[in-house]
Amino acid sequence: MGLDKIGIAKRIAKELKDGYYVNLGIGIPTLVANYIPEGISVEFQSENGVLGMGPFPFDGDEDADLINAGKQTITTLEGAVFFDSATSFSMIRGKHVQLTVLGAMEVSENGDIANWKIPGKMVKGMGGAMDLVASADNIIVAMMHTNKAGESKLLKTCSLPLTGVGCVKKIVTNLAVIEVVSEGFKLIERAPGISVEEIQNATEGHLIIEGVIPEMDI
Amino acid sequence: MINKEVSSIDEAIRGVESNMTFMLGGFGLCGIPENCIAALSESGISGLTCISNNAGVDDFGLGLLLQKRQIKKMISSYVGENAEFERQMLSGELEVDLIPQGSLAERCRAGGAGIPAFFTPAGYGTEVAEGKEVREFNGQPHILETALEADFAFVKAWKGDTAGNLIYKGTARNFNPMMAMAGKITVAEVEHLVPAGELDPASIHTPGIFVQRIFQGSNYEKRIEQRTVRTKE
Repeated sequence: MGLDKIGIAKRIAKELKDGYYVNLGIGIPTLVANYIPEGISVEFQSENGVLGMGPFPFDGDEDADLINAGKQTITTLEGAVFFDSATSFSMIRGKHVQLTVLGAMEVSENGDIANWKIPGKMVKGMGGAMDLVASADNIIVAMMHTNKAGESKLLKTCSLPLTGVGCVKKIVTNLAVIEVVSEGFKLIERAPGISVEEIQNATEGHLIIEGVIPEMDI
Repeated sequence: MINKEVSSIDEAIRGVESNMTFMLGGFGLCGIPENCIAALSESGISGLTCISNNAGVDDFGLGLLLQKRQIKKMISSYVGENAEFERQMLSGELEVDLIPQGSLAERCRAGGAGIPAFFTPAGYGTEVAEGKEVREFNGQPHILETALEADFAFVKAWKGDTAGNLIYKGTARNFNPMMAMAGKITVAEVEHLVPAGELDPASIHTPGIFVQRIFQGSNYEKRIEQRTVRTKE
């Protein structure tokens, strides 16, 4: 229902602005790099130590010493630079990166995010996510609106261990674009063909609906 | 020039003992000290505390030490690629301290730089902050993180010279420079070892003062975890 993962990535790509340094998380966020709007220049940072990341290499050109934070083989573009992990997180903590896009298991109406652990079941670790969400001023969460069991991932309060508190500003899902404001989840746009009622039904946290909600332009 | 070159892998790891704390460079399998890990795997020591961003995969990297139950405790930021690791952790056989990646990097750097602790916003309000001092700076809460040090740090570089100076390739740099700083004994393995004087002093990433032993490694497998390619049109 609503957008597929590529659709979500295309909508988030519209948030990119000329001159932005951007950190993209693993999964849907990685796809955003494929849909940079015409006429703007952005650079992608990967926290394992590269700025100026390019597309995947051609078959046969892959280099084990050149990967992104998802451990995927990559290439670099003109002007790229490599650095160590402490320098990388200086860029992140020091707010030199203008936009962070990452996935989530749960987001709460006050902007808390959970995406690193399911107690007793899955423990992969937080990687760089806690550093990213604690410091970035501009965080967009890219995720499906509901989980595989059909339950809302936009909650009053997160049930899973938190990655960060009060940090998410915007959420783009298969159903909607939502801003996190002090009163809760403010509905900004609907996915094509999705009604406000469908979004309301898929959102457990407080959804704020003001006026006519436009359809996404993607 | 102080010569740091050792002639064999045995000499490189001389002095390692059970129950020691080690740092191991690398991000995933990129930039890991393959030769040292293989030697540690064969050394028979156990009860180790290993500080490394990741824990390898089942049959490579630190997975080799996990297979033989040589590791008592892992300090990492992300361990998602290793089924044996997850089994040992969930069964309680393996102690695991998961910490945010930027805090891990900075804790290693601090350890090598003589800074005992620092405040960071990462992890505030989460499990990571439990038991840690919280203080506000510029109106934002931060948590106190302490420096990490190790009995041995094992790092991997692309080029090195006999003075212990190191140059890394691509994203294989990652945690290696900070860990080189934080080891009481830092062992560097390099793909190309050259005489001192051959590297451009302005191009060196890790100054040799941080390195106690250096040797040219062999048989690098450099395994790729996620081979992602595009096809020529």
